[in-house]
Amino acid sequence: MKFGILVNEGPFTHQASDSAYRFAEAALAKGHEVWRVFFYHDGVNNSNKLAEPQSDDRNLVKLWSELGREHDLDLVVCVAAALRRGIKDELLAAGFRISGLGQLVEAGIQADRLVVFGD
Amino acid sequence: MSDEMGYQGEVVKRFMYVNRKAPYGTIYALENLETVLIAAAFDQDVSVVFVDDGVYQLKKGQDTKGIGMKNFSPTFRALDDYDVEKLYVEKESLEARGLTAEELVVPVEVVSTEELREIMAQQDVVLSC
Repeated sequence: MKFGILVNEGPFTHQASDSAYRFAEAALAKGHEVWRVFFYHDGVNNSNKLAEPQSDDRNLVKLWSELGREHDLDLVVCVAAALRRGIKDELLAAGFRISGLGQLVEAGIQADRLVVFGD
Repeated sequence: MSDEMGYQGEVVKRFMYVNRKAPYGTIYALENLETVLIAAAFDQDVSVVFVDDGVYQLKKGQDTKGIGMKNFSPTFRALDDYDVEKLYVEKESLEARGLTAEELVVPVEVVSTEELREIMAQQDVVLSC
């Protein structure tokens, strides 16, 4: 199946991004396709490479980047939501790109299922 | 999925946006509205639902001066210009908050939880926040 994934929360405060990450990982392991991951609302904070959690905790920014590299994922950060929160190109971790909300609509159109992870 | 063809020759899908949260206090309502307008611009079959505290988003006479936020409720009146005409408000949510459809900024279709369940089941994409 072809999945689109929408992440509506940032790392750490909510579990949404962890759940989305685990869902993506599991879907890929089962041979499904993840067509795009779109980060909206505080979800844009998942792309901030300056995030530095304590060493015994998971680093979601890094985890998304690594999963993206392994599977050539399209990790898209919403431009309007990102600008509001000070997320710009120079802050993006590897594998993320900034683009418009149209990319979310396109994911809804192209994917067999769009799965939303939020509060 | 409907058979109609739309944006870039793609099949038009039924997109439903479910608003569950009050208009202020969190940014979800405001940012969700931005997404609704984009989906409409892509010529998708868009409907918008208001449930729980989400029904407050449509309340007439919002005055946000005291909280320093922009009152974005007039934007709902622009949905019609984007051909977003399917606005559903859950009856139970409205009643639980002592509101009626007459107190809302736009004409809506008031539906029961049961009816909403059926409408929701017909959608291709459901985005809730």
